[in-house]
Amino acid sequence: MSNLPADLKYTKTHEWVRDNGDGTVTVGITDHAQEALGDIVFVEVPENGRAVAAEEACAVVESVKAASDIYSPIAGEIVEGNAALADSPDAINTSPYADGWIFRLTPNDMGALAGLLDAAAYEQVVADES
Amino acid sequence: MALRTPLHSEHVRLRARLVPFGGWDMPLHYGSQIEEHDAVRQHAGMFDVSHMCPVDIEGPDAQAFLRRLLANDVAKLKTVGKALYSCMLNDSGGVVDDLIVYLRGPAGHYRLVVNAGTADKDLTWLESRRTGFDVEIRRRADLAMIAVQGPQARELTATCLPREMADSALELAPFHATECGGWFIARTGYTGEDGFEILLPADHVVDLWSVLLDAGVRPCGLGARDTLRLEAGMNLYGRDMGEDVGPLESGLEWTVAWEPAERDFIGRAALEELRASPERRDFVGLLLTGRGVLRAHQHVLLDGREVGEITSGGFAPTLQRSIALARVAPGLGEHCEVEIRGKPVAARIVKPPFVRHGRILVEL
Repeated sequence: MSNLPADLKYTKTHEWVRDNGDGTVTVGITDHAQEALGDIVFVEVPENGRAVAAEEACAVVESVKAASDIYSPIAGEIVEGNAALADSPDAINTSPYADGWIFRLTPNDMGALAGLLDAAAYEQVVADES
Repeated sequence: MALRTPLHSEHVRLRARLVPFGGWDMPLHYGSQIEEHDAVRQHAGMFDVSHMCPVDIEGPDAQAFLRRLLANDVAKLKTVGKALYSCMLNDSGGVVDDLIVYLRGPAGHYRLVVNAGTADKDLTWLESRRTGFDVEIRRRADLAMIAVQGPQARELTATCLPREMADSALELAPFHATECGGWFIARTGYTGEDGFEILLPADHVVDLWSVLLDAGVRPCGLGARDTLRLEAGMNLYGRDMGEDVGPLESGLEWTVAWEPAERDFIGRAALEELRASPERRDFVGLLLTGRGVLRAHQHVLLDGREVGEITSGGFAPTLQRSIALARVAPGLGEHCEVEIRGKPVAARIVKPPFVRHGRILVEL
């Protein structure tokens, strides 16, 4: 079974969201998602200052197999893309919840986090897919 | 339900990620596609290729039949065991399939190995064109097939074979095969590395797989097979060529035997017409110099104008760059761009192969 930290929020499209406690959140893809994608070889992160809507495609993760869009879990403004992924895209494979984070954003409404899935609900999404 | 090879339970035991391929349930990888790719470039890896289809063609007219059916000329096969790569064309010069044909006996015994997804179509095609030829066409569903590839592949495989088989296998020249007791060992492959393709009775294949595994040969899936063959500049049926695009626009002119001129193989007239056409497109390699990953169907651009299309592309683990095969307008120079998600990204036009026998052949 893949690793699912209980303190994170999740989306049906396999992103995780961490509340940084400073008005920003960090977004990445789940352990389940990285495993399904296979070896990741290229990541395109969003530019700083870009305004994104909830469920808007704003980053791309390319594995040896295919390119996959990464969606913003909630609306907000991008404050940082993970520049280290340019040299080590495989950090998403080896450390999906830490070094492999993809971007940070300032949500328009922090309350929107409550509308995301918790670990148990996300686990059910994965179970239903397989 | 998808077809399964006799090694299916081994794949499950090795925790392969199984995917549908050409009507079969096949391993994509066993954990890491890139590690499998590197194992083949640096050491030895093995592929279950039992989904591919051996077809034996025998009889007094076997040679005449294949000289009509194939764009390459089986008359070039003068010694028993020699292999030839060829396209089998339709009347309009498109590719019904690409295959390897082996000469098995001096009296017109041939073995074809054709692609998994096209096997039924190929058999129907061969049957439909046999009128007037005294040949027997036999699908060998009783055989399984393992490809062992890499710089250590031959040595390691030899340790897994019975003595007399090992000796004759090690003596094989490239693109030759030897037979012993229902086993067929060929020094051929699809990775750009040295190695063997071994056809054997299906009920022996699990044993051979296990012995190779114990000898340190790494199981590899279709994922690594694709990146290896792309680096080696080898075409994939249905991607780089197919029914609508023939060998002249797929980098396979070297497989067309124009001489002797009187050999009237199927598709010849169409190929000759295209051969003389100034519109004939080039088939080239691309090396991405900008950031991103090349994929099939992306457009090749020159000064913002579309001049071609990628037929297969991906990340090349040996080069740590993205590469592709592409069909483009004739006479392009060295530089072009590829449209990736709406943006032009710089690329260089190069001559495949990109990698052969572990060595990088293009300037990075």
